[in-house]
Amino acid sequence: MNAREERETPLIRLRDVRKVYRSGRIEVEALRGIDLDVRRREFAAVVGPSGSGKSTLMNLLGCLDTPTAGSYELSGENVAGLDRRRLARIRNRRIGFVFQSFNLLPAITAFENVEMPLLFSGTGRTARRRRVEQLLERVGLADRGHHRPTELSGGQMQRVAIARALAMDPDLLLADEPTGNLDTRSGSDIMGLFEELWEQGATIVVVTHDPALARRCRRVIEMRDGRIIADRAPAAA
Amino acid sequence: MILVTLRQAVRDLSSQRLRTALTTFGIVWGTVSICLLLAFGEGLHGQIYRNSAGLGENIVIVWPARTSRAWQGVGRGRPIRVRPGDLDAVRREARSVRTLSAEMSRDMRLVAAGRTLSVPTHGVEPAFGALRNLIPERGGRFLDPLDERRRRRVAFLGDELARELFGSSDPVGEAIRLDGSPFLVVGVLRAKEQDSSYSGRDEAKAFIPLSTFSAVTGQRLVDNFVLKAADSGATPAAKNEVRRLLARRLRFDPADDQALAMWDTTEMFQFLDGFMVAFRTFLGIVGSLTLLVGGIGVSNIMNVVVEERTREIGIKMALGATPGAVLRQMMLETVLITLVGGALGLAIATTICAAFPSLGLTEYVGDPVVSPGVAGATAALLGAVALVAGWFPARAAARLDPVVAMKTE
Repeated sequence: MNAREERETPLIRLRDVRKVYRSGRIEVEALRGIDLDVRRREFAAVVGPSGSGKSTLMNLLGCLDTPTAGSYELSGENVAGLDRRRLARIRNRRIGFVFQSFNLLPAITAFENVEMPLLFSGTGRTARRRRVEQLLERVGLADRGHHRPTELSGGQMQRVAIARALAMDPDLLLADEPTGNLDTRSGSDIMGLFEELWEQGATIVVVTHDPALARRCRRVIEMRDGRIIADRAPAAA
Repeated sequence: MILVTLRQAVRDLSSQRLRTALTTFGIVWGTVSICLLLAFGEGLHGQIYRNSAGLGENIVIVWPARTSRAWQGVGRGRPIRVRPGDLDAVRREARSVRTLSAEMSRDMRLVAAGRTLSVPTHGVEPAFGALRNLIPERGGRFLDPLDERRRRRVAFLGDELARELFGSSDPVGEAIRLDGSPFLVVGVLRAKEQDSSYSGRDEAKAFIPLSTFSAVTGQRLVDNFVLKAADSGATPAAKNEVRRLLARRLRFDPADDQALAMWDTTEMFQFLDGFMVAFRTFLGIVGSLTLLVGGIGVSNIMNVVVEERTREIGIKMALGATPGAVLRQMMLETVLITLVGGALGLAIATTICAAFPSLGLTEYVGDPVVSPGVAGATAALLGAVALVAGWFPARAAARLDPVVAMKTE
């Protein structure tokens, strides 16, 4: 595909996506037909009350889960029917996750945490080292590489997590309540970091129910009861 | 990547030092027990075999006794008298008997090197040496057919007796006196293990040719004789044949099993073989169960590890660890524990086996040996335990749903 097509093909393209959870004899329809396009270089927020299906949507977008019905194309490739091994590779190469609770491994250093996705991809040792140093520098923690997560503040931990998410230079950065466990100032810092990344060309989708956070995004997708009920168009469009 | 996985496994294991140590201990314990049980079984078997072979392998010892049935007009209770000539006839006619030697014995006064001792002295034929495993020490020989034919005054001494008389100097070629008659020492017994006997241990006896014994003592009757069948399977047939032939010559009922008392050592060997198979199987099973318990311990630990690390595994999966990578990681940790535990266990068992001979129990239970067979069996069992113990927890880890796993606390 040429540059023009690539620009016009949405990075994310969901068509009539449904997700049904079954627990015993009870079926819960978490997503009831989602159509959604996200183009490259968008900065979108998914908002909605808890139980609205935004976490489920996030898991599907991140290839952590597969839809019960419907299609999901990630840069033109249908990923709805892939097996666990293929999904793992896609998560490794094309998606970067930032979680509310950071999800850093406590037993290893910040450096090693950032290194993790590179290890799974089979990147060579020297390249890994250089990349991790560069990433820690990027998030302003060049001197914290040898610290364990417990020795860092919440804001610093989230920065490490963002560095880790960027390790494989993913197509899509997915953040799930990235400021939920941070005080206002650290939260604002993290949001600022996201904005910087967006300005440098990243595609970012943030799941949140913090209206202040949503306001800083360029597009807000509002969900309720497994459906998209509002989608304020990207300001840039 | 392998190196990285390995490093990570070591780090994971060392972050849980106590648990890793305890698990490893389980495997060490299992390995030591199975290894020692097998090694002791093997050592004991060898020792019993050697001890029994000290008497002679697959031989039958026959003592003339008394009849227990009337026969051809003679009442029961008549003593059976066997002369060397009767045994010559058996030798000639009994096809299932390979070799045979008569034996006469009495205590004689032995004078040598200025000392006088009362010594059990046995008159035997040349075949006796091979039958009873009387192997001469270097430089000597056992009694030979010429000694027998010419009634030579030559003697073969038990090693203990020779040491008592001559100390460390070689008695071969020395003159001794037995009941006053001069004898030449032609050989000394090479020391052997002997835990069964019918007239004392061979190490303390003097052996002289049967013909000489008769000439010196005037004894005409054989005290007992020793025979070996053409092959060990033919021993029952040989016993029957000997009984039948002697019954005809000495006129007793061939069905009278009291007239000749027989000790069939092949029965002992058969029993021994059967017993040892059973014994070793038993030891093997006990050892395997111990190791199995160790393995269950490892499996349990790995299950706990998976449970404790569910969140971590979920995070790794989210970051792109494939199910295969997770499986390999968990398996590697199990294999590492088993490998280290197994190596330690094997080393400990080998050390114990090496130290064992110094306890001085060799004569009774033999020396345990960690033979290639023992080590191989242990290694195979360990490998199997590691694979089984590691597989299920590892598979459980690989099957985790990352979304659910990451939410686990």
